[in-house]
Amino acid sequence: MPALHAFANPARFLKLARPLTPVVTWLGVALIALGCWAGLTQTPPDYLQGETVRILYIHVPAAWLGMGGWSGIALSSIAYLVWRHPLADVAARAIAVPGAAFALICLVTGAIWGRPTWGTYWQWDGRLTSMLLLFFVYLGYIALARADRERGGDGRIPALFGIAGTVLLPIIRYSVVWWNTLHQGPSIGLTGSSIDPSLIWPLPIMLAGFTLLFAGIVLMRMRAILAQAKAEARMRRRAAQ
Amino acid sequence: MKAKHQRLTLALLAVAAIVGAGLLALSALKDRAAFFYAPSDVTAQTLPLGKAVRLGGMVEAGSLKRAADGVTIHFVVTDGRATTPVTFTGIAPDLFKEKSGVVAEGEFRPDGSFVATNLLAKHDEKYMPPEIAGKMHETKTLAQ
Repeated sequence: MPALHAFANPARFLKLARPLTPVVTWLGVALIALGCWAGLTQTPPDYLQGETVRILYIHVPAAWLGMGGWSGIALSSIAYLVWRHPLADVAARAIAVPGAAFALICLVTGAIWGRPTWGTYWQWDGRLTSMLLLFFVYLGYIALARADRERGGDGRIPALFGIAGTVLLPIIRYSVVWWNTLHQGPSIGLTGSSIDPSLIWPLPIMLAGFTLLFAGIVLMRMRAILAQAKAEARMRRRAAQ
Repeated sequence: MKAKHQRLTLALLAVAAIVGAGLLALSALKDRAAFFYAPSDVTAQTLPLGKAVRLGGMVEAGSLKRAADGVTIHFVVTDGRATTPVTFTGIAPDLFKEKSGVVAEGEFRPDGSFVATNLLAKHDEKYMPPEIAGKMHETKTLAQ
């Protein structure tokens, strides 16, 4: 993996990440603003749900990124365990906080949508419960990674936890297909979507915007973690003198 | 290089095993994790009497009737293979209507009917503007 190892050096990564952060973040914010405008004013209401349907433009990207974030943690964890790539450990820890935040956004918007549509904020159905579990697993990962760092661990235990947490991803994905749940089945699959084209078109804009914003937050957090590690190393050197 | 490959194999095997475990658990829990009973899940012998359960399915077309007291409704839930008559007293959600999904919370009666204490409307995965839905979804709703 020569290409990956070029970034093993944090200095080289930082040189790229520093100018990239504002570009990615602001582009994401702009796309989200555009998507919100389109989703709130340019699309028709749903024939059953009425205006409530518009919450899907936030709910769906948040759900995808909540799950995508954990895939990122799992891939980074594998990269860290296999290649001992120090940046992979930093990336996994940087993804955890925005990942948890997006999972929470998904849960909250889902509850707000559920009240008028289903007649309830919350039910312990397979999809809702497994997504809530993912949120708790994120919190557990954040606490574990922090505790590991404070005790001077090398990050291997959080990385194993990152791989183990992957168990939830297929459960969340297939819960609505294999179990009978209150949550409806998937609207969007590889072969197409059961959402009318006139309703769905702001969704890719929002998804791109959410993804870029997510990437921007991850870059910011990776830079912050690297800066903190640098400051700690300097303090240690000074204390040793 | 050898140790690295060993670790890679191990990590990939671990991921495959974990995802496989998740999928196995998913299919094994199929009955236990079910959110509701479908009408064909229960027979006279296996009727879950005396405990709060949920019954889910489609509201059969033409079965929705309002009782004389104005707050009690009767309807039939179907899953295409069997049907269960349901009685409910209270406020139904806006999306509750004929030919659309419903999850009723309540209890089975010994005669196989169901008394609901709460109704949840189940939404399907189709989203479309009213013009397109048009006539094909013109059904009687309680709101009317």
